[in-house]
This record gives sequence, structure tokens and C-alpha cells, in this order.
Amino acid sequence: MTIFTRVPEAIEDVLGKLNPATSRRKFLKTSGALVVSFSATAITGTDSLVSAAGGAQVALDEAASLYPDPDFRQLDTWVAIHADNTATFYVGKTDCGQGTGTAFRQMMCDELDIAYDRTSLVMGRTDVTPDQGGSGGSDAIQRDGWPMRRVAAEARRVLLELASERLGVAVEQLVVSDAVIALKADPSRTLTYAELVSAGRFNVTLTGRNVNEISGVADVKPVEQLRIVGQSPQRYDIPPKVDGSLTWAVDVALPGMVHARNVRPPVVGATLGGIDEASVQDLPGFVRVVSKGNYVAVVCEREEQAIDAAGRLQVDWDKPPAAPFPTSDELYAYMRGATPTSSDDADVLGNPEAALAGAAQVIEAEYDVPFQGHTAFGPAHALADPSDGQMTIYSNDMKSYGMRNGIAEFLGMPRDRVRVIWMEGSQAYGRTAADDAGFEAAFLAKEIGRPVRMQWMRDEETAWDTKGPAFTLSLRGGLDAQGRLVALEYDAQSADYNHVGYNEVETVLISQLIGTRLATPNRGRAATPSDMYAIPNRRTTAQVVRLPLIWETPLRTGNLRDPNGPQVTFGSESFIDELASAANVDPVKFRMSLLAGSSNDDSGFRRARSVAVVRAAADAYGWEPRRSPKPRGPGTVLTGRGIAYSFRGQTIVAEIAEVEVNRETGHVWVKRLVCAHDCGLVINPEGLRRTIECGMLHSLSRALHEEVQFDSEKVTSVDWLSHPSLRHIDTPAEIDVVLVNGDPDPDRSDLPPYGAGEAVCKPMIAAVANAIYDATGVRLRRVPFRDDRVLAALEAAGV
Amino acid sequence: MSNVTLHVNGATHAMDIDPSTRLLYVLRNDLGLRGPRFGCGLGQCGACTVIIGGVATRSCVTRASRVSGEITTLEGLAKNGTLDPVQQAWIDEQVPQCGFCQNGQIMTAKALLDRNPNPTDVEIREGMARALCRCMTYYRVQAAIKRVVRGAQSSETASATGMVE
Repeated sequence: MTIFTRVPEAIEDVLGKLNPATSRRKFLKTSGALVVSFSATAITGTDSLVSAAGGAQVALDEAASLYPDPDFRQLDTWVAIHADNTATFYVGKTDCGQGTGTAFRQMMCDELDIAYDRTSLVMGRTDVTPDQGGSGGSDAIQRDGWPMRRVAAEARRVLLELASERLGVAVEQLVVSDAVIALKADPSRTLTYAELVSAGRFNVTLTGRNVNEISGVADVKPVEQLRIVGQSPQRYDIPPKVDGSLTWAVDVALPGMVHARNVRPPVVGATLGGIDEASVQDLPGFVRVVSKGNYVAVVCEREEQAIDAAGRLQVDWDKPPAAPFPTSDELYAYMRGATPTSSDDADVLGNPEAALAGAAQVIEAEYDVPFQGHTAFGPAHALADPSDGQMTIYSNDMKSYGMRNGIAEFLGMPRDRVRVIWMEGSQAYGRTAADDAGFEAAFLAKEIGRPVRMQWMRDEETAWDTKGPAFTLSLRGGLDAQGRLVALEYDAQSADYNHVGYNEVETVLISQLIGTRLATPNRGRAATPSDMYAIPNRRTTAQVVRLPLIWETPLRTGNLRDPNGPQVTFGSESFIDELASAANVDPVKFRMSLLAGSSNDDSGFRRARSVAVVRAAADAYGWEPRRSPKPRGPGTVLTGRGIAYSFRGQTIVAEIAEVEVNRETGHVWVKRLVCAHDCGLVINPEGLRRTIECGMLHSLSRALHEEVQFDSEKVTSVDWLSHPSLRHIDTPAEIDVVLVNGDPDPDRSDLPPYGAGEAVCKPMIAAVANAIYDATGVRLRRVPFRDDRVLAALEAAGV
Repeated sequence: MSNVTLHVNGATHAMDIDPSTRLLYVLRNDLGLRGPRFGCGLGQCGACTVIIGGVATRSCVTRASRVSGEITTLEGLAKNGTLDPVQQAWIDEQVPQCGFCQNGQIMTAKALLDRNPNPTDVEIREGMARALCRCMTYYRVQAAIKRVVRGAQSSETASATGMVE
């Protein structure tokens, strides 16, 4: 007898409880049938677990492999047609809350020719959906939408061929409308998609070296034939999030489940000396203390018991001999004085030294950006079920496939005994501690032999979550006698050494605490500006520096929503404003001159589209040209406006902030925001508008509030008081989003969709800094612009 | 034997638990409710908000044994299968991003509007100030609250097309 041949009952309990009639995995095993009808609930796609109960690609012979990789080369892996003529799509992505799931359905519905509300979608389940890597890099639509469109188009082509055979006419004699194929000559003669595949699967093998290239024979539709793309159906996931019916990753409860809490070193870099288990073993519900290396966790029967026990556990920690890092106040001096661990080759255009030497005016400035956290609203969590020799992890991690591979390697289990079921959760945009919690839950579940729910506490999340790296930026620019920018030097230091990857076995936090080390720490990255400015002489350099401690540290860095873009663009676009001011030129006009200074462009027309986007933002705002700062009025509240621009890939963004600065308190309120945005083809305009609004406000939070603070022993930002975030009272009174998709060349074909989300995070901090300067004449060069800092700067300048 | 009795969404539950247990964990782990969620355990963020006697209350810092009034959770807002106007406005306005905080946004807004059916913009901003969101849906949350106010005044009907308007 093998213990691997059945699906753990507990999982079926979870799936079946929600939709007992349609737990397709169980149905498949008992009947061998391949396609069963879904209930109405499932078709709405409102519950990830209900929908996830499907999946024609579940292996029938589970003795060979419990959780085999879904074969992305099989059409049946991607599309299932049900007996009631509805369809389910299976994609290897996750939706972090931007409505990408809705967008996937729109794209696939258009290609398959089926109404949006007759479809459902399953995402991110490693045993059911093809591996498209989960989410990241704003590439959901730009990259991963293409194979989705192609497989849906192929399904439509195959269905038409089947209809052609059944009706005895050529495909050209047929017409498709909402999953029904009819004879053009006799519209009363119809076949539904369900009637055509009722005998079984598509059984069509696709081609392509990898999942991104996967394709059938059919072409996708040209843009002008798309009907559902470009509309704004409501997001299917919102009603169950609003009425309380959605099962989130935090909601899954399994029989025999226990609760775990971590106990972190109170001083960073400390070594575990000893654990006095007697301090907790008589507490009600106590199950076990688990420790390995410097990793310590407490497990109890009930959640509140685990919280209590973790707080009471007596642990001896030996302090490290040296401080792990400078204090947050000393950070920038430390970074500027540090020897770089790596430098990118200088990117040099023209002769910047000579141009600066000959410039009529040379301007220099330095900018500082602190570590900023992901700081998930719902701290990291996961549930791991070790029953029957397999491991199932329920997680909101946006890269479920990487988590599956990483945990299998970490636990020394075969990949096909491990699966990750992605479920909705609190998002934090990037490499978050959800990775770490998943590994911890799986580790503890294997140790204890019972399902373990790991939940990080607030202080742990805020202090120990991965951080966006701190930056110091130095810029120097030269203007000629006419105020033209003739040379620009950019140099950046990023505290990004040993940047942690996604679900990386060697760098996930539990591995670090156990003592695992990469032979060569990850190099990290220090990014450079993204603009299309034509500057004849330019030098761009960037280097990575390291803090004293690079392992077991809460200042570990990981990708945070456009990693590095907000930091870099704060420096680069603030400095463009400083140059405009020195040149006595309106900031929009100054940028337009730089953009128009060349006619060279790339295949995506990025320069021409940059001009269109900056102009669209200025027009939407009602920008009156004048130099900045504006003359200061006598009142308590000073107002001003600022613009910043950038791009990410081929997505172009310009943002304008209008601020009120209280000269008595230093308080900054961003009263109005304008964003002009061009990401090419827009799938769901209203969904995109909301993503843009929220992305801008996320960066506004980073501009005004967020800074990870630490002394020389530990991070001292531990909750929403010590680490404030944007609040309702900070919200702008007005936000205008202009979806430009401006096509400066009406003769060329429409643009493809580009990644839309993260680009909007880039310009915001600079736009706010430029607006504060416009209002007050005071230039803020250190993020965030908290009241006390603004007030000190105003007072120092005599404002 | 029971030492804690709770009245939740119209039902009464008698339980034998440690009376110091925070209400949040009882609602979630003993009663299986999903609306209130853990966000901070400190009463700072609002994820765990329930309405007790008309007051938006942070269940993560409330001892279960101290609660005597009727508790309404997100699941209890709908009446006879019809969403509360606040919930409907959230759908019409397409408020959530990830949605994890929205229990706190909706329950705080519901208590605010029950107390003050016609709040000014300033009253909305201040009344909602302690309900945090890390996706930063604040602008749409405020728009949805204003939509509820307008709807109450004009019987504005919701979109029946399934399209965002």
C-alpha cells in the first residue's frame, strides 16, 4: 500500500463543504468522467475554492504522481467547456487586487466568443493551473495575457472545425455568437460548444518551447474585433469580498489544525542560547516549542493560546559582538561612506566632464530615501497540511508556483507531493513575508504532523517583512547661458546587498535563521532613471552598498512595487525641477523641451508617447505656465503644484500633485492629483483607473509617512503608530486619471497592452516634492515629508 | 457548561472558553465568521471591526466576556438576501483592491452613516480616519459613502448591467 494514492480527506472536506456537488477531483476519481457541470455559484467565479474544485487536468492515475504539473501544452489544461455551455479558464497567475482575473476572463472570452458571465476562472493552484509564474512585474496582461488569448482562440478554432464536420459545411459557412455556432445560411441550425465537446476533451496539443510561447494554430483577433476587451465589467471578486462570503487564505480551517506563532530574536543577529520550555508547557492548549538554529516557534491548539505562549516563552539570546546596522538617522552618512560591493558600468553619453566645465551654471543636489516596508495590512500567514505524506499549503503568496518548488526543496520532498493553493489575501505588492510564512508553516507541519496555521503578528510584519532598499542619490547638472540642460550626472547608492529572491530556499527567513547561507550573496541592484530626455552629455552610475549584517536581518531587501523606481525617480525628477527653476523655466515646458530635443524613437514610440502623456497631464490639470516657486503669499496655508514623469517598460506616466502646506505645522495635504497614463491597449478602463488611483496613493504614503526606523540593535517601527501609513484624512479631494493611449501616429496599428500598475508608483514622490517647492520655495531632499521635517525645513529657510 | 454568551447576527451562542479571549478569535475560530479579520491585534487598523450596539468596535482588543449587546458582523449586514446599501455602494463604486481591509471600511462606514446619515466630506474623512487600507482605496471608499448618501436622498438605482459606470 502506498500512502500517496489518495487525496487527503481534509482537503476534500474543505472543497466539498463549499460545494459538495461539484468537487470535481472526487467526481473524477469515482466516475472517470472528464467534464461535469458546475453549479451556478461556481460559474460566477466568486469563490476561489469553489471554482478551484474543477480542473480536467487532474491526473487520474494518482499512484504515479499525486500533484503532477498541469501540462501547459494541452488545450484542456487551459479551457474546459461544461455541459451547460459555460466555460472555465485555468491560468497560472494570481490577482493581487488589481482585477487582473477579470481582465484575463475578458481577453479569453473575446477570443473564445463566449459571454463574460458564462465563464469562471481558476488561478494560481499549482496542481490545477499551468505554471505561468504567478504575479509580478506588472506583466499579467503584457506577457501572460498572450498565451491566454492564443489558447482561447485555438479552442474557438477547434470548436468551429468540430462544427464543420458535424454539419458538413466549411468553417467559412459558420458564424459564432456566445458559445453557439450557427450556419450562416440557416441560423436555425445551431450547435452549442457543449454539444461539440460533450464526448470528452479537446485533446489538442499546443506548440511552443515554454508557457509564454504556447500557441495553437489560430490567430488572435485583431483589436478592432475585440468586444469585451475595452469594456469595464464589474470585478467578479468584489461581491464576495463585500458580503463576507469569500473564503480567504486566512479562513481555511482543517480538522486537527494547530496555531503557530514565531519568536524572533529581540536583538538582531542574536544567537539562541537556550529555551526554558517550562515557562509555557503548562499553559492551556500548549502543543510544542519548535526550534532549529535561531528559528523558534510556539504551537498551541487555539490561536489566542499561541499568541499568549509566544509572549511568555523564556528564551536566552546571546547578543552579537557587533552592531548589525547603523541607526536610521546615521544611515545615509554610512551609505555614502561605504565601499560599493558592486557597480554597474558607467553609462556615458558625450563628454559630461567637458560639458559641465563649460556650463554657464552647475547645479548639484543629494537626495535620500529610507528603507520602506511592504507592511502588509494583514500580516503574513499560511496554512500547511502534511497529511498522508503530501504537503498542501494554502497561501496568498503571489507566486504560488515558486513557493511550491521552494518548499519541496526545503523539506526534501518530491515536487509532486507538494502543492500550493493560492487564495485571496492581503496584498503588499512584491516579495513579501507571505513567502516566509509559507515555508514556516510547512516546516512546522512536517515537524508536528498536523495542519499548522502560521500567522505573523503586527510587530513582526512591520519589523521583519522584506524592505524596499534605501537609496542615496547624487545629481549634478549643467545649464548653458540659454538655460538649456547640456550635461547631467546621476550617481546612486542602494542598500540592496543580499536582496532576497522569491521563495528562495537559501534566503527565506527561516532558512537564514536556521543557518543556511548562499555561497555568494545576491548582488542586489541600484537602478537608474527612466526618461526619454535628450541630454547631449550624460553619465549614469549606480552601485550597491552593504550594511554590516546581511543575514538574519530585518533590513533584508526584496522587490517592492516597481522595485527602486520610486526612489530613483524621486531624485531624478526632483532634480529636473531644480534645473528648471535654475533655468527660470516652467517645469512642464522644461521637460517638453528635453523630450522634444530629439526625434529618435523606439519601436513603441516611447518618446512621442512621453510628449503626449506630459501634455495630457498638463491639460487635464489646467497647468498655467510659470516658473517655480510661485511668489509666496502671506497666509498660513501655502499652495503649489508639481509635476513628475517617468516610464516603466513601455508604459508612460506623468503625475501632477497640488499641495497645501501649513507653514505653522509643516503639514502637507495633497489636495489634488492628476495622472496621465499610457499603457497601450486597455483591457478594463474602470479597473485600470482604480489601480492607478491606488498605486498613486501608495506612493503618496511613501512620500508623506513611510520610513523604517531602527536603532543599532533592532527595527523600532513595529505598528501603525511607529510606522504610519496614509489615512482617510490624507486622501486628495480630487483625483483625475487620463487614460491617454495616445497614438501620435494614426497610421500605425494599435499598441499592444503593456504592464500598467507599477509605473504609476514612480513619479509620485517627486511630484509632491516639486509641489512643496512650488508652494514654499523650500526643496525637500529626504523622504518622507513628515510634518516635523517639513516644519524644520521651512523654519530653516525662514518661511 | 458555558461561561460566555454572545449574540451575533441574530443568533445566540453559549460557549465554554477562556473569558479573556479576544472577541475576534471567538468570532472567527469558534463561530466560523470571515468578515472580521486580524490586522494588528492592537485596535489600530480596523480589520476586525464589528458593530456592537451601533458602535464600530475593534474586536481584536475586546474581551469576549465583556460583550453583552448584539454583535453585527459583515455577514450580518444583508437583510433578507438584500445587501445593505453600503455594501451595494461598494460594488457599484468597485471600491476594493485586494479587499482584506474592506470589512473595516464597510463596518466603520455603516456605523458612521447610521449615526449621521448625511455626513459632510470632512465628517466622512474624520469618521473614517482610523480605518486603514494598504491598497489605498480611500478615494473610492469616500466616493462610495457619498453614493450611499446620494442614494438615500434620491433612491438612485444600482447598475443592472454588470458594467462599471
